[in-house]
Amino acid sequence: MPDAQDPLEPVDPHQAVAPAGGYGGGFDLAAADAQILEGPAGRAQDGGPLAKPRSLWSDAWHDLRRNPIFIVSALIILFLLFIVIWPQAITTQDPLKANLAMSQAGPSAGHPFGFDNQGRDVYTRVVYGARASVSVGLCATIGVVLAGSALGALAGYFGGWWDAVLSRISDIFFGIPVILGGLVFLSVVTNSTIWPVVGFMVLLGWPQVARIARGSVITARQNDYVLAARALGAGDSRLLLRHIAPNAVAPVIVVGTIALGTYIALEATLSYLGVGLRPPTVSWGIDISDASNQIRNAPHMLLWPAGALSLTVLAFIMLGDAVRDALDPKLR
Amino acid sequence: MTTTPRPTAPEPEAPAGGAGREPILQVRGLVKHFPLTQGIVFKKQVGAVKAVDGVGFDLFAGETLGIVGESGCGKSTVAKLIAHLERPTAGRILYKGQDITDLSGRALKAVRRNIQMVFQDPYTSLNPRMTVGDIIGEPFDIHPEVAPKGDRRRRVQELLDVVGLNPEYINRYPHQFSGGQRQRIGIARGLALRPEVIVADEPVSALDVSVQAQVINLMARLQDEFGLSYVFIAHDLSIVRHISDRVAVMYLGKVVEIGPDAAIYEHPTHPYTQALLSAVPVPDPAARQYSGGPPGGASGGPPGGARGRIILVGDVPSPANPPSGCHFRTRCWKARERCALEEPPLTVPPEFRATAGPAEHPSACHYAQERLVVPGE
Repeated sequence: MPDAQDPLEPVDPHQAVAPAGGYGGGFDLAAADAQILEGPAGRAQDGGPLAKPRSLWSDAWHDLRRNPIFIVSALIILFLLFIVIWPQAITTQDPLKANLAMSQAGPSAGHPFGFDNQGRDVYTRVVYGARASVSVGLCATIGVVLAGSALGALAGYFGGWWDAVLSRISDIFFGIPVILGGLVFLSVVTNSTIWPVVGFMVLLGWPQVARIARGSVITARQNDYVLAARALGAGDSRLLLRHIAPNAVAPVIVVGTIALGTYIALEATLSYLGVGLRPPTVSWGIDISDASNQIRNAPHMLLWPAGALSLTVLAFIMLGDAVRDALDPKLR
Repeated sequence: MTTTPRPTAPEPEAPAGGAGREPILQVRGLVKHFPLTQGIVFKKQVGAVKAVDGVGFDLFAGETLGIVGESGCGKSTVAKLIAHLERPTAGRILYKGQDITDLSGRALKAVRRNIQMVFQDPYTSLNPRMTVGDIIGEPFDIHPEVAPKGDRRRRVQELLDVVGLNPEYINRYPHQFSGGQRQRIGIARGLALRPEVIVADEPVSALDVSVQAQVINLMARLQDEFGLSYVFIAHDLSIVRHISDRVAVMYLGKVVEIGPDAAIYEHPTHPYTQALLSAVPVPDPAARQYSGGPPGGASGGPPGGARGRIILVGDVPSPANPPSGCHFRTRCWKARERCALEEPPLTVPPEFRATAGPAEHPSACHYAQERLVVPGE
């Protein structure tokens, strides 16, 4: 905390310990004890005893607030969440209302993005499409982070057979090609909710987080403070929850934030291929799929949902980057 | 560097073994082998690193046993074995006569209250996500019978005060402290349960020299105040001498010489101890001319430098494949055939038995010889 140093007291009390005596010439008990007593008082300069303590999280927040990339991506995501929760605030129309007379018509008053093949308002569909994309992305990320970090943390903490078996299983899931797997698994599903898609993403996504969690748990497990707690008699659950998890969670959060963007893109890809979400669900992927063979006649049908998708994915990936930078102590 | 004994500490003249006193901690034939394995799923043991290979000593109430030795000699593993952070491959650890080697669960937890550890690196031994109050208070969470819940905050502040930190720092995080202050926090955590034995694994090696003195003196003061017994591990000979009542010298997983600090430092009989002591830098240019033996490794004498420094040739052998017989024989200028065949026991060498002199202390050498290597003070 060099920024908190008081310039009036540049000398750290510890630097001032009787160099004349040193300990080569014998420890000067009295002098050293005096230093012990002075220590705290002298040290009070760096913020005073009442200074607000700053943890890694508040340090990270301090960094993030000054990062323009974070501010831009956070604003985009906040706006996105706003229209997910309350789409009626910015559009009064029904995304499912079709007026075939207006099929593929360009922008007009009240319909700034024009109409799609079925004569539905593209602007309204883009707004409502956020709901499906963001729900799939959030649910898949939550599932992946919970499953992956729990399994990875146990593998990293206990090691041995459990670790070996889990690592091989995660290798198998890593080996499944996402698109091919999606075509195979999801084509047999007839449920039109978001859950089959979310389930598929969790099934294929957990090994990524499990590996990260395993690695960071192994790193954290070797720290002396974990040994110290064990020497005090702490049990496995206390060691994992109080000492290891808080110090191993940062990389998982970063991977999760970045993965959220890719899950939204994956949802669109699967929907485009006809195995993701299905109509009447409103989704950017479905709209992009519908628009793709009309691109010469009505490019606006493709560009708006595709633009919204790209912006959303970009926002989450930028947020992940910014969070990673803020949480990486090596950059401090 | 010349070493001056702590002015307040009387030099214990009792022979090794502290006649008549009951040892608080007895270590007998402690062995720790770390398996070397090959293969990923089906692990096959291809050998073992013999980190600790038969270590035994006693620790008496209120005394400090220093353990010295170079990097990789197994000092830290001994510390972890005593603190029950590793399970020994063989050997026994007795606390007040009770065998605690194979304890687990509740019984182990109870013993842990009495044996605590202070770690080397104050930057990794404190959880960065916990406040100082939580760190020092954690022992009370784990052993709730020690302090009632309402009393804990006061107890933590008391401990901060005892180690010379401002009790108002209770809500701060470790990164807001300097290295020396962090080590005090680590000591306070170790003291929280009022243990009788503290195993300090190089507690000052990571600190500035100026701060080392403060922490050492703090530990000495706490020893008097709480009647602690220390196992004090370090590679800095002058620090060990300053704080220790008795000293054990380790080489490649074994104790080679053990005895009262004055006997070890001024009357070493094991060639490794002599070489180790002769490597201590002498700040006085005139003292460099001190000659402890014929230079250049003349017949029978150790290979020496200009000021009598014994310069060992070669490296420490791999603990995965230690030499037969005496572990030190590959680097010893006195080594003969017997050293390769017979492992020297850690006992008082026959030539010094019943001499009642300071050289009468256990030394694991067939050809033990008294030899002054540290210039007189």
